[in-house]
Amino acid sequence: MIPVEMIQLLSAAILALIGAALLGFLGRRSVNGLRNGVVVGALAGAIGSQLFMLPLNYCMFEAERGQTDMLAGIGLIVLGALALIWGGAFLLRFLDRDTDWRTLIMGASTPGLFRGQWGIMPWLLLAPSLVILTLFLYYPAIDNLRLSTLLARLGTDRTAFVCLDNFTKLFDPRQNYGQTMYATFFIAFFVVFIGLALGLFIAYMAYQPVKGANIYRTLLIWPYAISPVAAGIIFNIIFNESSGIMNQIIRAGGGTPVEWLQNSSIAPWTIIAASVWKSLGFNILFYIAGLQNVPDDLQEAAAIDGANTVQRFFQIILPLLGPITFFLVITNVTYAFFDTYGTIDFLTRGGPAGATSTMIYRVINDGISKRDLGLAAAQSLVLFVIVIGITIVQFRTSGRRVTYGA
Amino acid sequence: MAQKARPYIPLTATQQTQRPPRKRPNWLPQRWYAHVVLILSCFFVGLPLLYAMLVSTQTNAEVANFRLTPGSSLGEHLNQVLVNRYLGQFIWNSVVLSVVITVGKTILSLMSGLAFVYFRFPGKWLVFGFVLATLMMPTEILIIGLYRFMTGTLEWGGTFQGLAAPFLASATGTFLFRQHFANLPAELSEAAQMDGANPIQFLFSVLIPMSWNTIGALAVIQFIYSWNMYLWPQLIMQGGDFQVVQVGLRSLLSVDTSIAYGPLMLGAVIASIPPVVVFILLQKQFMSGFQITTDK
Repeated sequence: MIPVEMIQLLSAAILALIGAALLGFLGRRSVNGLRNGVVVGALAGAIGSQLFMLPLNYCMFEAERGQTDMLAGIGLIVLGALALIWGGAFLLRFLDRDTDWRTLIMGASTPGLFRGQWGIMPWLLLAPSLVILTLFLYYPAIDNLRLSTLLARLGTDRTAFVCLDNFTKLFDPRQNYGQTMYATFFIAFFVVFIGLALGLFIAYMAYQPVKGANIYRTLLIWPYAISPVAAGIIFNIIFNESSGIMNQIIRAGGGTPVEWLQNSSIAPWTIIAASVWKSLGFNILFYIAGLQNVPDDLQEAAAIDGANTVQRFFQIILPLLGPITFFLVITNVTYAFFDTYGTIDFLTRGGPAGATSTMIYRVINDGISKRDLGLAAAQSLVLFVIVIGITIVQFRTSGRRVTYGA
Repeated sequence: MAQKARPYIPLTATQQTQRPPRKRPNWLPQRWYAHVVLILSCFFVGLPLLYAMLVSTQTNAEVANFRLTPGSSLGEHLNQVLVNRYLGQFIWNSVVLSVVITVGKTILSLMSGLAFVYFRFPGKWLVFGFVLATLMMPTEILIIGLYRFMTGTLEWGGTFQGLAAPFLASATGTFLFRQHFANLPAELSEAAQMDGANPIQFLFSVLIPMSWNTIGALAVIQFIYSWNMYLWPQLIMQGGDFQVVQVGLRSLLSVDTSIAYGPLMLGAVIASIPPVVVFILLQKQFMSGFQITTDK
């Protein structure tokens, strides 16, 4: 077996080289760009390769560990390095542009500062918020990271370090985690897609200057305020197999009742229906607001050029709604991933046979009901990475294209 | 944002000659297709709740026979739900929790907004970044760590502070107020300083009176959010005596051996009234609370 120090040195050296080459190449055009790029890239590669390894102490390269662990270890080394190199590229770009990096975070400095020495006054004002954020967000987040590498049971204080076992366990077919991920993405995709498409269609109708537009609007948006739990209960009386209205109607028409909640290929759609119903009002509300900001003259110009309603919609209105759509996709993804928990808990409880058991549902089920805190922490980490990933992808694909018209 | 929709007149002279407008019979309102779509949409959006309301007055036998007329059991169900199943108590608990979280969040956000806009202090951008990063950390993702910390280290399981404390600080609120304060004219604080006011006096006599819209916006969002919370109360209040209404609805699932649909639907409908009323009344404030993210 190769000694740990060897792996450490080797990986740091290789990734430092890769980082230096990458960032040096990116910065080759600007003044000092090559030098800065090489230095930052090498540092980022070297430090990044240790990012996950130092806390984990290279445990996946121990003699008794299998090939999966080793591959995961190499993956983590590369991932950590790439993350820091990416951050370095970001940093260099802004250094290059000569913008103050503080204004990047804070925005432009604000006028009207209070003159004089106020000492700890701002800190006193911030203290309650900072204490709460540290205790109830940052500390649990870090503890969650630590827990994901431990064998930890709810109710006992004793823990044991298990390296990446909690993560590799997720690949075990017996865990059925693939199905959980599939169910999550399936439900999330259709909740977001149907919710946005239907919301935009209805908003387009409600935005037209028809009589009673305000009344229509109010009658359309209220389900937003309904809780996911209430949505689950209300949809229970619609889709319940024995007493639900849907099956009553089907029976009255002489058809065979549908197993809305018990059939594993239909139950996800029932969850999607209830979730879209609840989120539709929110989407309509924001699309109406967005449509009101679409300048009329653009549409008139297009009409003069002979564009019909459909063309005007897809070529003028839809692109101009980019920022709103972007915002709605982010909020709807968060909703579909997390807030559907209450709906699922009251409609199907993750069943039948795990068909509606989403990732957040599994976190609670495995962590609290089955008392395996380590496994649940590993799952919430996976969930975290996915949600951040979707946000970044979304930012990079539509963030660039969005038009901030009028 | 919430102005009336401007009439859109697409027809130009050239187009009119190309395609003469079809004749619309007098009895048909303008844009009748929009009315049709909207009425249908309102109907389908309202249908689930309407049917739930109907069922809440019916006994199980009436539900099973699919009667579309109101049943006679509303009074009985009300008593069963609100008194026997303690939903009245749960609703009161939810009111207390939502008000505490809403008021607490607003106060803490006002304070941090004040600190970020009107003070210069070392490491300000770093602290701001520290708050900013929490936007990427929904409670759901760290819930296992939070639960362990609450029940293990703090021993706040089943207590009110365990239920409310994690939600008192808010990055959203801080940004909302920072943005709002930063857009106020600088002369305000100049004048206040001229008059010898300290920052706290300035907050109470100038900033808060000028921020009621923003405060209202944050309040609506937070009230609805905390009223509808389910996952966290369900976890932390196990064995506690301050259960909120969303979790309390669970107890209606297991009335006898089978579900009694009437009381269950009644519970869901009653539990939905406060947030829906707040939302409909304060729609405009609600929307303006999102300006920070929708308007550039």
